[in-house]
Amino acid sequence: MNGALGSPMINWTLALPEIVLSVCGLLILLFGVLQKKDAPALACTVLALLAFLLTAVLVIAAPSGTGYRATFVNDGFARFMKILSLVGAAFALLMSLDYNVRQKVDRFEFPVLVLFSTVGTLVMASSGNLMTLYVGLELQSLAIYILCAFARDELTSAEAGLKYFVLGSLASGLLLYGVSLVYGFAGTMEYGGLRTALIGGGAVPAGLVIGIVFVFVGLAFKLSAAPFHMWTPDVYQGAPTSVTAFLAGAPKVAAFALLLRVMSGPFGHLTTQWQLLVELVAICTMVLGALAAIPQTNIKRLMAYSSIGHMGYAMIGLAVGTPEGVRGTLVYLATYLFMTVGVFSCILAMHRQGRPLDRIADLSGLSRTNPLLALAMAVFMFSMAGVPPLSGFFGKLLVFAAAVQSGLWTLAVVGIVTSVVGLYYYWRVVKVMYLDAPAPAFDRNTRTLSFVTGAMGLVTALFLLVLGPVVGAAQAAAAVLFR
Amino acid sequence: MASNGLQAVGLGPFLTVGAILLVLGVFGIFLNRKNVIILMMSIELILLAGNLNLVAFSAAHGELSGQVFTLFSLTVAAAEAAIGLAIVTVYFRNRGSIQVEDVTLMKG
Repeated sequence: MNGALGSPMINWTLALPEIVLSVCGLLILLFGVLQKKDAPALACTVLALLAFLLTAVLVIAAPSGTGYRATFVNDGFARFMKILSLVGAAFALLMSLDYNVRQKVDRFEFPVLVLFSTVGTLVMASSGNLMTLYVGLELQSLAIYILCAFARDELTSAEAGLKYFVLGSLASGLLLYGVSLVYGFAGTMEYGGLRTALIGGGAVPAGLVIGIVFVFVGLAFKLSAAPFHMWTPDVYQGAPTSVTAFLAGAPKVAAFALLLRVMSGPFGHLTTQWQLLVELVAICTMVLGALAAIPQTNIKRLMAYSSIGHMGYAMIGLAVGTPEGVRGTLVYLATYLFMTVGVFSCILAMHRQGRPLDRIADLSGLSRTNPLLALAMAVFMFSMAGVPPLSGFFGKLLVFAAAVQSGLWTLAVVGIVTSVVGLYYYWRVVKVMYLDAPAPAFDRNTRTLSFVTGAMGLVTALFLLVLGPVVGAAQAAAAVLFR
Repeated sequence: MASNGLQAVGLGPFLTVGAILLVLGVFGIFLNRKNVIILMMSIELILLAGNLNLVAFSAAHGELSGQVFTLFSLTVAAAEAAIGLAIVTVYFRNRGSIQVEDVTLMKG
């Protein structure tokens, strides 16, 4: 793209997935605008899904290496994260179809915005420079601000959008300030350059450490790690559920991709400087996720605190700072993504007489009115709690094992205790479904939602069968970061 | 231009102004109880603090990437302001007010 900038051979094929996806986004937008009569939302969603599929193929086929003057990196780690983001976004889009029609928010901008947000997540996974990091993060966030306020006639949605916008922009502002300090005190923003600069220098300038802390805070905010989580419950509850389903998946994975890449790549030699901070944040996040979820009565809010807790567990792998830790985090994120998609497919199915429901009490007696949905929900809940044969258990096992291996006993113990506390509130949902008196049945579930619920339920329940390949892929991806 | 000014006064004053802008912005967000528009102004101040730092460091290092970054972040700031104003408009249409203390429908 920047042909005039010196190096004559720019390997532009590296970013082919991103380029193709962006162009597809523009074309779908054009198509949507040109359609006059019938609602073009369905056609645009199908086109966006096809674009995701094409991009996934290109991601797998794209060569490894660095390009665009080292601002863009493509490696096994980026590929792993990109596939996860694309899967999360595609399922969120698939689930949004019927919900958006029922809620009368089936405008064609929805798939386009999800698509551009996904382009942002792909760029984040491939960032090789603090500039790419910032631009990718902003592309992803800006699209989500709009999506949160997408049900523009509903006050809760507008309020969710406003809150996420203000707090999210504050986080990006702090991140930008941190980036400027890192650039100033290290003299470069390119990851490779930063790495060599930090190996060489003896004493680390205070400004650089402050910059790293600011960058970490900005990213922790996007991950909704405590104490930067205050936006999460309100946004999860207020935004349309189809948006929440997207928000809880791909963007979280991408923010983790950035965090892992920045912390273990360029700042990897300063582990002693930031390890304590990450440990403290992980502990706060796990404890808050477990305790604040207990009094919740709204299922979307409950899922918000649950996702806060999950980010805490996943952060253990980062705090450990070894390839084993990162491998644990990657497996954790993969299992988290599938569980979250599954849970939200169940929440999206909660409709009575065309009205969406979001109280936990609305699920009461579901085991008698809709046994399959109740069974799937129970599987997801137990998996999130980390009950053994289900997928959530293996993610937890790997991160805790990595923590114990590196002697970080505190993290492992806090993690196990909070998991037990978590079991209590997940069990509460199952109890309402199986032991309480039945409420009137939900509306008939739609085909796409049943399909997503079934598929995710199978993945979650039978994760043991694919454990080997997933751990292998995560291992290879983690090894790239520590080369 | 920038490097001449930088040689005359050094890096310190630029960083001080940047830090002051950052603190003003953060306090503007957390202490402001009145108007959502003021929140947006505070966000712009924080972004400006980052930009000022980037440009000052770029001149000090005699390297361009900081200034290129500033061009990108100015573009992002423009998009962010547009989206923010759109969200505030949507909010005002539903709520009939843009007082910060009214943005409390969801809590807990």
